[in-house]
This record gives sequence, structure tokens and C-alpha cells, in this order.
Amino acid sequence: MTDFVHPALLFILGAVPIAFLNGSIRKAYLVLVPTLAILAVLTLQPGSYGAAQVIGQEILVAKVDRLSIVFATVFTIMALIGMVYALHLTRPGQHVAAFVYVGSALGVVFAGDYLTLYLFWEGMAFASAYLVFARGGGQAIRAAFRYLMVHITGGVVLLGGIILHAVATNSLLFGPIEGGMGAGAYLILAGFLLNAAVPPLNAWLTDAYPEATVTGAVFMSAFTTKTAVYVLARAFPGAELLVWLGTAMALYGVIYAVLENDCRRLLAYHIVSQVGYMVAGIGIGTEMAVNGATSHAFAHILYKALLFMGAGAVIYVTGRRKLTELGGLYRTMPLTVTLYMVGALAISAFPFFSGFVTKSMVVAAAGQDHRALVVLALTMASSGTFLHTGLKLPYYMFFGTDRGLAAREPPRNMLVAMGMAAVLCIAIGVFPQQLYALLPYPGAFEPYTGVHVTESLGLLMFTALGFVLFLRALDPENTISIDTDWFYRRGARYFMWIAEKPLARYEKAVSDVSETAALPLLHGAARAGLRVDLNGVDAVVNGVARSILRGGGTLRRLQTGVVTHYALAMIAGVIAATAVFAVVWQ
Amino acid sequence: MIRSIVDFFGNEAYATPRRRLFYLVLVSVVVADFLVFREHAEYLWERVPGWSAVYGFLSCVLLIFVSKFLGHQGGLMRREDYYD
Repeated sequence: MTDFVHPALLFILGAVPIAFLNGSIRKAYLVLVPTLAILAVLTLQPGSYGAAQVIGQEILVAKVDRLSIVFATVFTIMALIGMVYALHLTRPGQHVAAFVYVGSALGVVFAGDYLTLYLFWEGMAFASAYLVFARGGGQAIRAAFRYLMVHITGGVVLLGGIILHAVATNSLLFGPIEGGMGAGAYLILAGFLLNAAVPPLNAWLTDAYPEATVTGAVFMSAFTTKTAVYVLARAFPGAELLVWLGTAMALYGVIYAVLENDCRRLLAYHIVSQVGYMVAGIGIGTEMAVNGATSHAFAHILYKALLFMGAGAVIYVTGRRKLTELGGLYRTMPLTVTLYMVGALAISAFPFFSGFVTKSMVVAAAGQDHRALVVLALTMASSGTFLHTGLKLPYYMFFGTDRGLAAREPPRNMLVAMGMAAVLCIAIGVFPQQLYALLPYPGAFEPYTGVHVTESLGLLMFTALGFVLFLRALDPENTISIDTDWFYRRGARYFMWIAEKPLARYEKAVSDVSETAALPLLHGAARAGLRVDLNGVDAVVNGVARSILRGGGTLRRLQTGVVTHYALAMIAGVIAATAVFAVVWQ
Repeated sequence: MIRSIVDFFGNEAYATPRRRLFYLVLVSVVVADFLVFREHAEYLWERVPGWSAVYGFLSCVLLIFVSKFLGHQGGLMRREDYYD
């Protein structure tokens, strides 16, 4: 126990002093804690830590194995990069929220039981929501409330699932869900799928991420969906449903990205698309597929953060976020363009960039598993990924029509953070075996075969040809796209309308009917009733009472007061009863 | 150096060499795909050299037009004040 420092604690307890530190001391502290956390993760030994009994249930605060170490490694590296990117912020609120967010994500990754998992799960939701609230303004605050609402609902579903599952299996320990899928398992799956932004449960992501602060969105892009990928890999490897959800999701994000005008929302749709590869990989469930999903999550966190940092730098400098209002920034922001493009080439899976060595593992695993349709769909999504993040977004943001915006390079800390992510994107692409060595399962995979390189380049370069030929068709338009958030943004309004208009009118009609027709009727009926009561019922009652009185008088005369008479009558009654019993039932 | 590379991709002055470079890359990628050694092909289409170029181009065109069709005719794209 003494040789184990829970990395989540470093961040969550480490968040407290941030508020009391100032200036360069705070900056040094913000970099120091993630660095220590990286070291803590690197020195972790697989095993179980913090086992205890709570309310008669077995609790395991930390279960360290290869899968959790991969995710924890990239989470702590990402925390360092994100913190460097956010160093220029003067107010501590976002730093504190980001620390708690990262800490909670690490808590989920090491959780050995469902109760621990659930607590950190909710911690993530609240801490990340702050990063949206922090931007201020009506639009962001409304988006943040929607984000919270969806995640709280998801959390309740997850908790319900956990309880049902615990009752069914008599264990809270977190591991692969085996045997038949009960109601509890399905609820847990739904809670996980919501955080993984699997359509139709994806809209919270594309709704909230573009509304977050410039630095907050960088953190958000990394942690929530990837912890969901981790828990899916832990609990549901090989679930057939996930293959199809993941494949559909990869294309879903790409299709919406064509329509998108907001630069960070476009990138958010590509999170949906990229997480699709991971979900599909987990669904395929072979060792190679799970390795592929894990390594893709690793690479994805870094290049996606780099892309969000690039788009964030543009928003930070120009204050604009719509592609229709951006353009021509390459003259004033060449470094940002270059660093962004490293991320774009990495997500598009160009050779010697990180996506190439990870995405191909998922696709190859699908191929080995004889899933031709999945291979083709995921390859098509790769084409779409390059089309948007590698061509459309940089073209309209940095090149294209020069809007004459007064821009400059962002603050140095932002560039340094982007540089760190860019170096890692290239390093993973050039030395993939270092990453492969971290993966949960052993097994050799060689991404750099001649066929794979030329096929990938063919796919990408001819996508570029399509882009050049149909550039005008891709011009961004001043619109927003309807996604499943329609149901709680517009659908809820119809529900309220139904509650207010037809329901209220119905209620009024009912009360009108009762006042004009029912009340006089009731009055009349009451009067008639009174008359019947007075004349008829009373007379009957009085008559009955009088006859009883009279009968009572006659009976009184039969009473002699002599005990033997009564005893005789009782004996006669018993004999008569016995006689009747004997005659009738014999 | 970075500035000049970025300038090459952005500045109108380099439009012609840029286009030539692009065509050169397209041709050499396809040629390379014909020359490369295909040891084992899982699927039928993988035996055809240059299939990925065709598939990439078709995917790109399909994605653009299907998405825009869904956006315009399918009613997915709405005015920005739709939710206000």
C-alpha cells in the first residue's frame, strides 16, 4: 500500500492549493503536479490496492493492470499538455476544475468496483460542466445546463444498472460482464454508451464542447469519451452490438461534419467519428481489435487535443468561431497552421503520423475477423476524416478567402503545448513499437508494409482530388444542424406547449361543463334527493321503526325470565339443528 | 522555413507549382500502388492495384453529396436562430 500513490489523489487533493497560489509559483505548481502524476503512473505495479468492505460490499479502490496503465499514461501526459496550454489564465477556477476532472477520469480508470467508478464518473460530469459554464454568456450557460442534465440522467441510468447488476450477481466488482445480459447490464451499457457519445446519445458532446472555454474544450476532448471507451473495453469486449454502433458512429460524425460551420463543433463531430473506431474495435473483441481500440484512444487523445488547441488558438486570437467568418490566417499564424496540420495529418492517418499506426490496427482486426462491410465503412470514414479535419477546416480557417483579420500567433505557452502534442503525434507514428509495447495484449503488428502505405496514400490523396474538384460544394453555410439534442431543445418545447395549450384548454372546458351543466344538474338532483329523503325514505324508516317497536312488545311478552325455559329452548334448537344436518347432508 | 512552407500552400503566387506537385503526387501514388508487392489479400478488391485511390475519390464525393442532400433536402440544416 505504501508503494502505491493513487494518481487521482494527486490531482484531486492537488487542486486545493491552486486557489491559494499566485503568479509564477502557481504556474510551476500546475506543471509540477501532472509531471509527478506521469512519474507515479510510470512506476505503477499491476495489482489490487485499497480493498475494503463498505456496507457489506467488497470495494476495490484501485485495480492496476495493463489496460488501466495505458489509459492512465495518456491521461497524465494529456493533463500536462492541457495545463501548459492553460497556463496564461489568471483566474484559478478552470485550473481547479480541470484538476478535479483529470483526477476523476483517473479514478474511473483505476476503479476496481462499480461504486468507486460511479463516484468518479459523476465527479467528471460536474467538473467538466464547469469548463463550459466558465465561458459565461447565455449561450454557453444554457449549453452547460443541457450538458449537466444529460450527464446526470446518464449517471442515474448507470447507477440503476449498477444496483440491478449487483443484486443479480451479488458483487460490485468491476469486470467483464459475463453470461446473459440482464436489465442491469443493459442499463450499465446505456450509461457507458452515453459517455462514449454513441448516436443517438451523442448530441451532448457536439452541443457543449464548442461552447466550452478555449482551454476547457481541450481537456473535454480528451477525457470523457475516452474513459467511456476504457470502461467499455473493460466490461463489454466482444459485444456484437458495439461493432455496428461503432461503425455507424464513424460515418455519422463524418456526415454531420460536412454540414458544420462552427470550427470546434466540426472537430467535435470528428470525436464521434473517431470514437466509433474504438467502439467497433471493442465490439470485435479479438486481442488485436482491443489493442487497436486502446492504441487508437492513446493516439486520438493527443491529436484531437492538438486540433482543439489549434482551433482554440484561432478563437483566442480572432474571437471568431465560424468558418464563414474566418480565412487567410496563414500569413499571421504560420506556426499555428503547421502545428494544427500535424494533428490533422495524424487524425487522417498519414504514414509517419500517429493515426496511421493505430487506426490501421482496428481496420486490420476487422479484416481478420472477416467483416468486409466494417472494413469498407471504416475506410470510407477515414476518407471523410481527411476531407474535413485535414482539408476543409484548415482551408476555410487558415487559407481560403482572406477576411483581413488582425491576427497574431497565440501566447507562447499555447504554442509550447501544441508543440508537445505535435512531437508525440509524430513520435508515435515513427516509433510505433514503443506504444505497442504498452498495449494490454501481446502480439506483433507491423503497420509499415508497402501495400498499407501506398493504399493509405491513394485513399487520402484522391480524397484530396475530390475536395479540389468539388470545393464549391463544400463552402460552409451559415446554418446549424439538427441532431438528437432536438428532442430536449425543441421537442421539450412542444411538450410544454401541449402541457400549456391543449391540456390547459381541456381543463378549462371540463370546468366550464361542470359550471354550466353539471352544477345545476347536481343542485336539482340534490333537491330531488332531499324531497325523496323527507317524504319517502323517512316514512319507510319511521314505519320500520314503528313495526319493530310493536314486534318488540309482542316478543317481550314471550320472555318469562325463567332460566329453565331458555335452556329448554336451546336444547330444542340444538336437536332441530342436528336433525336438519342429519337429513339434509347425509 | 516554416513560414515559407506555409506560404507555398497559401499564396496564390504558387498556384501553378502547387498544382503540378499535386498531380505528381497523385500519379506517383497510383504507380507505386501498382509496383508494390501484395503478399496476401484478404478481400477481392485488395488484389486490384489502385483500388484505394478509386475508393477514396468515390467516398469523398459520396460523403459530400449525401451529407449536403441530407442537410438541404432532409432538413438537417436550419437557420442559426432555430433554437432561440
